[in-house]
Amino acid sequence: MFDIERWQEIFDTIRKNKLRTFLTGLSVASGIFILVILLGFGQGMQNGIEHEFKQDASTSVWVWPGITSKEYKGLNPGRRIQLVNENIDKASAMFNETIEYESGRVFVGGISVNYGKEALVYGVQGVSSDFQFIDNASMVEGRFINYQDEVSTGKVAIIGNKIKKDVFNEVESPIGEFIDFSGIPFKVIGVFSEMEDREEEVIYIPITTAQRVFNGGDRINTMSYTLPPVENFDEAVAQSITFKNNLREYLQQAHTIAPDDTGAIGVWSALEEAKRYYGLTNNIKLFFWFVGICTIIAGVVGVSNIMLIVVKERTREIGIRKALGAKPWSIIAMILHESIFVTAISGFTGLIFSMALLELVGPNVEIDYVKNPSVNFNVAFSTVLVLILAGTLAGFVPAWRAAKVQVIESLRDE
Amino acid sequence: MIEIKDLHKSYKMGSNSLHVLKGINFKVDDGELVAIMGSSGSGKSTLLNILGMLDGADSGEYTLDGVPIKNLSETKAAQYRNKFLGFVFQSFNLINYKSALENVALPLYYQKVPRKERQEKAMQYLDRVGLKPWANHLPSELSGGQKQRVAIARAMAAEPKVLLADEPTGALDSKTSYEVMDLIQKINDDGNTILVVTHEEDIAHMCKRIVHLKDGVIVEDKKIEQVRAEQYV
Repeated sequence: MFDIERWQEIFDTIRKNKLRTFLTGLSVASGIFILVILLGFGQGMQNGIEHEFKQDASTSVWVWPGITSKEYKGLNPGRRIQLVNENIDKASAMFNETIEYESGRVFVGGISVNYGKEALVYGVQGVSSDFQFIDNASMVEGRFINYQDEVSTGKVAIIGNKIKKDVFNEVESPIGEFIDFSGIPFKVIGVFSEMEDREEEVIYIPITTAQRVFNGGDRINTMSYTLPPVENFDEAVAQSITFKNNLREYLQQAHTIAPDDTGAIGVWSALEEAKRYYGLTNNIKLFFWFVGICTIIAGVVGVSNIMLIVVKERTREIGIRKALGAKPWSIIAMILHESIFVTAISGFTGLIFSMALLELVGPNVEIDYVKNPSVNFNVAFSTVLVLILAGTLAGFVPAWRAAKVQVIESLRDE
Repeated sequence: MIEIKDLHKSYKMGSNSLHVLKGINFKVDDGELVAIMGSSGSGKSTLLNILGMLDGADSGEYTLDGVPIKNLSETKAAQYRNKFLGFVFQSFNLINYKSALENVALPLYYQKVPRKERQEKAMQYLDRVGLKPWANHLPSELSGGQKQRVAIARAMAAEPKVLLADEPTGALDSKTSYEVMDLIQKINDDGNTILVVTHEEDIAHMCKRIVHLKDGVIVEDKKIEQVRAEQYV
């Protein structure tokens, strides 16, 4: 197949027909370029949506109480539901197998928080040691609340990274500093970080401390869980729905709420939400593929169109070549060889440019729901191969027609 | 060299059939310079196409250098054309993006002659038609006479058994025509067989034999005293 003489012929032809070659190449290169960029953005959207959902552990389930809206067993509607420690303990015992981490949460209100002379206006929440994993908080310094802190109602506080930056900018590390909670000093033992600044504007203290020191009794504001990992996504979704329903049922019984009064106990499962978005991104990706493939088809049609024009334009030349003794196959080979060569070179040029653009710009893209658009190199590479193959097939028809050119007709004087 | 027996050819024109060649018998020996004359529609171009294996005959025999030419596949026809025949056309038919030298070298490319040898040989033939200094010029930079000389050099480069010239002077003024005929005569002097299709009397008389075609049959076939083109140049 490697015929140096033919390569020389091809290069001669290309060198002397620059515009034609350039236009063919441009249509192929832009087809690949658009496809790769589209695929990149499809991936970017998926990355972006995954990123949004990473903020909390992906299997997390959150429970918050509301107000009853229906009369039930002689109780009036409009009752405010208050969760208590007992709810957590009972749920824990009942659904032990499907709970990975659990934590109640108490919003501490009506206290003044000071650091030195500075008043801090951040929310204070009592949580248990598991909460770190449920909220997906990562520790920047020190540690999170541990079991010992809970048992001993330790006067310790974990602050968000934003608070560290805003308040503790004059000390080397906030660890070991004391924050004053309505006159009671709490020692800072850790700094956590979250995906968003807003979520870092919180101070965590042990839930037991929050209840006992700040007159919380056994009341809690919300309950949160994560579920143990399972084999696949669908199973995980099914598990979280089951858990969600069981938990709600238990809480409705415990607080005498009508089974169909969904507003009284709110339960939110990250997975269910994620499933909807995953479905959406899959559809978007599918759509991008569809558009991309249409682009490729347009590219292939373009190539075969241009090849047809090329053949038309070269009819006379082909006639001359045939008169001089070119065999039909050598005409086909010549046309195809040129088209494959041009398609391949421009296809890879388009690939390189688009990949380079994605590499350079991709990591800097900071739009909601689009993050680091990128494309799998193998996918892009095979797309180029497909285009070359399709281009070859597309070029074959014109080439075959060229081989059938009637010498007499083609050389007839214009 | 060429032998034709009872050659028939008709073209389908819609529902009508146009009988162009109605039984041609014709023989050309080695080294002859034959003019084929006739008004347009006499079938002279058709005859040349069949001789040039660019078209097939309906019936009859055609033998070229002892090889029967019949039912050729396209590939075989291409091979024979390359080996046996050289073409010169009225409109030169040079490839416009190739230099004179590359044009002359093209038939050698299809003979699979290596590039270097090809170029040397092409240069020799260009030299023979007196265009060595124009070797790297494109056809667009050459005059009509020069183009036709390049075309003749190209036809000769493959060292064919027969040179077929279809109105080689049709697009040229008379002075240039005589120059081209002078070249053709000289090539013939070297022993090459040449067929020239023309409708110009003076050009025909520069050949050694005139075959008159009328309405698809040969009406006259005579040997003549050759007029040398040299004297007009």
